[in-house]
Amino acid sequence: MAIKITAPLSREEARKLKSGDSVLISGVIYTARDAAHKRLCELADKGQELPLDIKDSIIYYVGPTPAKEGQAIGSAGPTTSYRMDAYSPTLIRLGETGMIGKGKRGPEVIAAMKEHGAVYFGAIGGCGALLSKCIKKAEVIAYDDLGAEAIRRLEVEDFPVVVVIDSEGNNLYEKGKADYLSSIK
Amino acid sequence: MREICASKITEVVRKLCIDANCYLPQDIKDRIIQCRKEESWGTAQEILDRIIENYEIADTVPQPICQDTGVACVFLEIGQDVHICGDLQEAVNEGVKQGYRDGYLRKSVVGDPLNRVNTGDNTPAMLYTEIVPGDSLKITVAPKGFGSENMSQIKMLRPSDGVEGVKAFVTKVVEEAGPNPCPPIVVGVGIGGTFDKAAYLAKKALMRSTDERNADPYYADLEQELLEKINALGIGPQGFGGKTTALCVNIEKFPTHIAGLPVAVNINCHVTRHKSEVL
Repeated sequence: MAIKITAPLSREEARKLKSGDSVLISGVIYTARDAAHKRLCELADKGQELPLDIKDSIIYYVGPTPAKEGQAIGSAGPTTSYRMDAYSPTLIRLGETGMIGKGKRGPEVIAAMKEHGAVYFGAIGGCGALLSKCIKKAEVIAYDDLGAEAIRRLEVEDFPVVVVIDSEGNNLYEKGKADYLSSIK
Repeated sequence: MREICASKITEVVRKLCIDANCYLPQDIKDRIIQCRKEESWGTAQEILDRIIENYEIADTVPQPICQDTGVACVFLEIGQDVHICGDLQEAVNEGVKQGYRDGYLRKSVVGDPLNRVNTGDNTPAMLYTEIVPGDSLKITVAPKGFGSENMSQIKMLRPSDGVEGVKAFVTKVVEEAGPNPCPPIVVGVGIGGTFDKAAYLAKKALMRSTDERNADPYYADLEQELLEKINALGIGPQGFGGKTTALCVNIEKFPTHIAGLPVAVNINCHVTRHKSEVL
């Protein structure tokens, strides 16, 4: 049974989610990937204001395809997360409570998640057509020049994810594989 | 000598870019369905169901199966009796530009690897040409996503490492990649040639149908053995555990130097796209 949550997500709510939980996200989330993360962290380093409300935010690592007439957004599945590892600890420290992507995270990100209370969600990679159906509205709010990599504000409804790494550092990539392998012994 | 107009090549490349990105090849769909039937792990079954649902939506709308519509890898097999009227490279790039614009595909190419400014039209294509006998021109477009491309590796093994060395390396590459390349994956392996030739073979291997085994029975057996080894790793769909880590292992080989045993592993995700047309 999936747990329904609303974004923005407080640190307290983030801490309640456990690795392996199926979660449906509704509310407002933001998109950012490599180039946008780099710019956000450059602003943060200079102590300047970010173009999104980072407190309690969930950031989705995605660069969608262009929307056709009548679509809110084009295909919009997750990109591989480790490329954001250099930037995520800064954003978590500033208030980010959730990240949506796919693939492994580095120890520096997991340490920041544990310290501040944040979760790492996995969406199904390669399912951009399916996931786009849960995105009801998309609007570029910064870095339009980056094209697919611009920061978008998304309104999502029952967006399906799984908690891969929780705020205690429990990791579904390790546990899922180990549980499966012990089940076939 | 047969003449083919560059504008015809543009038209075909444009269409292949759009079709390849929206319609998953039938052999890949069949493999996913078969793996779903053979999968015993609950989470893995659910993910494979979503993957099936996803390509069905892409087929129906139609829309890109995955938002990473890739760099356009374009393979041309040019008959030696064909004369192309016009600029071939320009014609291919124009086809990519039109296809990515008209098909609402993502523009994912930066014009310089270090200074990284998006070219805005997904050009240039990664263009590969081969001269073959005859008077026809075969055009294949294979959009290549980089989640899986980034997990690819090459190694110059020693001849003494032998087939066991090859098996260990291929398995290690898949294990290290883990959840990153969106498993279930298709594994392209190039063995032999030179450093660059092995990588090219690995990429070509990804375009062979999953129904078709290597024509050499020794290598066909090796493909099967590697598939079993990879699917015993337990990574599973999306890395959440399960049997279905790879849909298929395809090997291409080539003669090599007495001192060498190059092995390249090029990984594709379950959205293994390629579409061809013969002119």
